[in-house]
Amino acid sequence: MMAERQKTTAPHEVETTGHEWDGIQELNNPLPRWWLWTFYVTVIWSIGYWIVMPAWPLVSSYTEGMLGHTSRKAVMAELSQAKSAQSKYLDRIRVSSLEKIRSNRELLEFSLAGGRSAFMVNCSQCHGSGAAGFKGYPNLNDDDWLWGGSLKSIQTTILHGIRFNRDEKTRQSPMPRFLLDGILKESQINDVAEYVLSLSKTSADAAASKRGQKIFIEQCAACHGPSGEGKAELGAPRLSDPIWLYGGDKAAVVTSISNSRGGVMPGWRNVLAPETIKQLTIYVHSLGGGK
Amino acid sequence: MNPDVSDISDRPHNDDASDYGVEKVDVSAVGKKKKPESQYQKRIKIHPKRVHGTYRTLKWWVMGVTLGVYYVTPWLRWDRGPNAPDQAVLIDFSAQRFYFFFIEIWPQEVYYITGLLIMAAMGLFLLTTVMGRAWCGYTCPQTVWTDLFLVVERFIEGDRNARIKLDRAKASAKKIFKKLSKYLIWLLIAIGTGGAWVFYFADAPTLASQLINFNAPTTAYITIGILTATTFVLGGFAREQVCTYMCPWPRIQGAMVDEDSLIVTYRSYRGEPRGPHKASDTWDGRGHCIDCNQCIAACPAGIDIREGMQLEYINCALCIDACNTVMEKVDLPQGLISYDTLRNLAARNVKNGQKTKAVRPRILIYTVMLALVGLMMAYVLATRPDLEINVLHDRNPIFVTLSDGSIRNGYTFKILNKAYQRRTFSLKTEGVKNVKLSIVGAATLAQSSPPVFHVDPDQLRSFRLFVAAPPNVVTADTTPIRFVLIDIDKGTQAAYKSIFRGPKR
Repeated sequence: MMAERQKTTAPHEVETTGHEWDGIQELNNPLPRWWLWTFYVTVIWSIGYWIVMPAWPLVSSYTEGMLGHTSRKAVMAELSQAKSAQSKYLDRIRVSSLEKIRSNRELLEFSLAGGRSAFMVNCSQCHGSGAAGFKGYPNLNDDDWLWGGSLKSIQTTILHGIRFNRDEKTRQSPMPRFLLDGILKESQINDVAEYVLSLSKTSADAAASKRGQKIFIEQCAACHGPSGEGKAELGAPRLSDPIWLYGGDKAAVVTSISNSRGGVMPGWRNVLAPETIKQLTIYVHSLGGGK
Repeated sequence: MNPDVSDISDRPHNDDASDYGVEKVDVSAVGKKKKPESQYQKRIKIHPKRVHGTYRTLKWWVMGVTLGVYYVTPWLRWDRGPNAPDQAVLIDFSAQRFYFFFIEIWPQEVYYITGLLIMAAMGLFLLTTVMGRAWCGYTCPQTVWTDLFLVVERFIEGDRNARIKLDRAKASAKKIFKKLSKYLIWLLIAIGTGGAWVFYFADAPTLASQLINFNAPTTAYITIGILTATTFVLGGFAREQVCTYMCPWPRIQGAMVDEDSLIVTYRSYRGEPRGPHKASDTWDGRGHCIDCNQCIAACPAGIDIREGMQLEYINCALCIDACNTVMEKVDLPQGLISYDTLRNLAARNVKNGQKTKAVRPRILIYTVMLALVGLMMAYVLATRPDLEINVLHDRNPIFVTLSDGSIRNGYTFKILNKAYQRRTFSLKTEGVKNVKLSIVGAATLAQSSPPVFHVDPDQLRSFRLFVAAPPNVVTADTTPIRFVLIDIDKGTQAAYKSIFRGPKR
């Protein structure tokens, strides 16, 4: 919509391709020569590239190039760079006590990050990625600890595991199988279960609970304590709180008493480096229940 | 109907041969063929002639100002106190901060950059609507540096005719010396250009001394190297080829220039018919253009403005200066070539022809958009808080039951202290009663209740925060909770709404 049709055609007579849209013609101007040279330069560049970089596929391998570059090597280099960057922290963690790590902001933040990543790789399969656990696998976020929630206790648990036979220092807490081993009769177990439930105020049968108390004092109090408060040194769970590893309904409690239960956790002493276990300890301790 | 049959019947006939069913073949014998024209064209070198006049003077000033801004800006200081860099304009990638005088931008505030880019685009559109490719002709770095390189070229090799002569001359010691000294000065300018660029990304004085002592980061040297090469090649050799073949802007601009844009125009009604003119001859019955081609010689893109606006045209107006000088010599009024609009030109041929209006819808729309985005950014900038918090509720687990039956929620709590001072904060919550707050590593971070903690100047700090509520207050599976962070010294507050989760009821 030019108001005045100025002479706007190209000053030189230029051949058109014959294509035309709405009066606009496609001119067939020659390409600048340097453009062509640029193309040749890229071709020459690619030859140089073949020589220094991996380029041609062969039958069972490929041309490796003078630089010997592979993406695997690049990743390894990056990893070793990251490792050496971490080492100044790891060295300090190796020689520092857990309390010291926890009270140093730098080491604490490093351990939380490192511990979290170690947890995701090694622990989350059983304890869950949020460490909330599953039936039989303890929730590590709460303040109820089977074997104690201090830094030291957590570290010992990670190092030696629970009922992990390949480590003589592992934690053991054999609870008798009260029914299978013939220690108690089914009716007695029912009464004890009612009493146990009454400790967390969920018992439905006061009479049975009363009968069960006597049996509890005789058979269970030695480990679980007279009022079911538990004993971390023995790995005896506290029975008076609303947190249950195998479920808090009566059937689950009866099964626990009848058959005994005991999960196994491997010790990580021979698998993970001591500084990794320290970081894991700090991380698990930080999840909210650490004592 | 058989499509093949119709196909054959529609085929164009060759009158001579079709009667016999013999087709004429479109082929020519070897040796008879004409030599095809080359698909490629050698660049026709342009030797722009020095001009004097209003627009040349304006362009000198624009060149001085733009180059000055480019080279001086990184050296400007701006006091931000002891805890922040004192460079006025700094893009600090390692610390992830962008400083521009009183403005500081964090990575999560990149929308400022988006706003700036929108404003730059709108500004360019507006300028194009009003003045065509004025950006290209005056302020584009390609134009400015080409102009600067031309100054050097002219200083060493002389003006247009001398340069053409030198280019045609056979190689001699004098020619080689001239060419080499030109390249050397170009190279120094190119190094200076690349060198100035890196100062925007680090503390300029520090980096300068590092560069001189050869202990600056490798990236700095590589960047300088690349920019030196591009400046040298684009400013010294590619020149108008960049505008013609490489830059996308001319293509966009073609769609934005209209008959109301001020462009450099040749007033053909006054100039034609053109032709040589002797001082004794009359001007009656002929045009004012004496066909001296001074306008073509002056053009850095090498076009003939009398042909109208063309692909290579950049609105630099040097032809106006060239023509005005000639008009003065032949004692005619100036302005045979001048800034005008196509509508104004056309209006001359029609009775009561419509002239271009200064205020047009396009100009208004672009101006309003520019002003809106600008105001919005100014508002956001003026109300930018120096304290922000972000609270992220844990997803796994969403809540934890503690041994006393209370419910605990975990949050990732981030404090963005955008002030240049170390600040002390306390935290309280609203919405859930009797909560207990604790922070991971609380032994070092906070010993009091409510928790008190410090955040370093111009830093983000992230905490793990636990909020535990007694079972009797957690009556719904989702309760709104509000976190309020208070700057103990100044009383400034920042609040964040989140939720507190509990078991399903």
